[in-house]
Amino acid sequence: MASTIRVRAVASGDNTEVQALVQHPMDSGFVKDAKGNLIPPHHIEVVEFVHSGKAVFTALWGPAVAKDPYVKFSFKGAQKGDDLTVSWVDNEGGSDSLVAKILSAAWPAWRWLCGCLVH
Amino acid sequence: MRLFVALIGFAFLAAVSAAPAAGTEADFKAALAAALAAENDAGALKNQWTTTEQVLDAAKKAAAAGDFDTAVREARHAEALARASIAQAREQEGAWRAGVIR
Amino acid sequence: MRMSRALTAVGLMLALAAAQPVGAADAVNPDADFKAFRDYFTKRFPNVPLNDFVNGPYSMDAELRKQWLAIDDFPPYDFAVDRGKEMFATPFKNGKSYGDCFPGKGIGVRQNYPYFDDKAGEVITLELALNDCRKANGEEPYSYVNDDMASLTAYMAFTSRGKLFDIKIPNDPRALAAYQTGAEYFYSRRGQLNFSCASCHVQSAGEHIRTEVLAPALGILAAMPIYRSEWGSMGTISRRFVTCNIQVRGVPLQPQDELYRDVEYYLSYMSNGLPISGPGARP
Repeated sequence: MASTIRVRAVASGDNTEVQALVQHPMDSGFVKDAKGNLIPPHHIEVVEFVHSGKAVFTALWGPAVAKDPYVKFSFKGAQKGDDLTVSWVDNEGGSDSLVAKILSAAWPAWRWLCGCLVH
Repeated sequence: MRLFVALIGFAFLAAVSAAPAAGTEADFKAALAAALAAENDAGALKNQWTTTEQVLDAAKKAAAAGDFDTAVREARHAEALARASIAQAREQEGAWRAGVIR
Repeated sequence: MRMSRALTAVGLMLALAAAQPVGAADAVNPDADFKAFRDYFTKRFPNVPLNDFVNGPYSMDAELRKQWLAIDDFPPYDFAVDRGKEMFATPFKNGKSYGDCFPGKGIGVRQNYPYFDDKAGEVITLELALNDCRKANGEEPYSYVNDDMASLTAYMAFTSRGKLFDIKIPNDPRALAAYQTGAEYFYSRRGQLNFSCASCHVQSAGEHIRTEVLAPALGILAAMPIYRSEWGSMGTISRRFVTCNIQVRGVPLQPQDELYRDVEYYLSYMSNGLPISGPGARP
């Protein structure tokens, strides 16, 4: 099954910028469906980013975070080629994790095919 | 042109409020039939309003609860809304050109 | 006595309207319309590069644009594109696949839709073509407003990114009529709020409606389908037309109703020469 985690970590000097998109319904437990029944809570409780055995970013999400959460942060002390492990656990005991390589800042612009985006 | 639609709406609503408030089941059935007929015509013009549908539902709900005064009033309100939407569609048949970029 | 004066004015207007001969309407001239449409937006927004109009509200508001560029590194439609790619490649029960229904195996063709089918005598949109493909191969059609259709069109838009809209109006009175019906739909006021599509996307383009910035009509379909934060999910052109109707308190038509397809035809033709920027992300 495809991973629910997409991550891109780019090292520039001592600083590594990490972006991640996690596929998860993040149901708060307060929303009703079309029939009027409560959709049970189903959301990520903890997401963690680990580098060299140390957690460089930990977030306690929960019902207030919306569907398919996106997170962006930076940390120091990593280099291109290092591993970054991303993992999450949800309130139903579900989980997923992914190991990604940290890239260098020279990584080309990502899959833009048209000149229509004027940056 | 918007004035025209508003006037038609007000005219019908004025007529509605001038009518006697008390209603019987027979009055409701007549009012509902008129409202549904108007809403059908609006449907044929592909120009119904969600508000009309909501007021129709309110009328039916009131009738189901035995409150025919409310039911009759809401049904007549729905008819007025439906007629306003018909007037809007007819007016727009000619008026739309005024907005075209030239 | 304002009432009677107003009524007199209404009466006069009605009389004038009735007095105009029916044939007074100008002959349908899509090329003239196209030029006027484009000039209106480029003149009104001289600092927006032509190709940028396809980015909708982001071409109108700098702050919104910054947020969009930040989110676009990891676009929320990513999952839909991947799912669409998988769906597109999966054969039907009879062994055929979507590619068999489309020119170029369905890759890089979104910019040619909608087109006027002279055999069927109607406008064929991409969504309709996908469901026609499914039905022709013994599969159940998808809902036009749900994730399945949105994923497929997201993938097809993605493979067509950068290609320029190339909508054709053949020399066929039925095609011209469909185009004109689309124009009429676009400019006609509807719903209890009495707005036309033009009220928001022409007259008020770039302005705010509640917290949203209104996209200009020029290029407005280029980014479809879109992941809309408001929906928390992907939405097709059909979904957007339906929700737009509801927002002005008009009862929506059935998805892919002839009127919806005609207005898509009109809007797409007006965007000829602009690049496909879909799938998109919107607030």
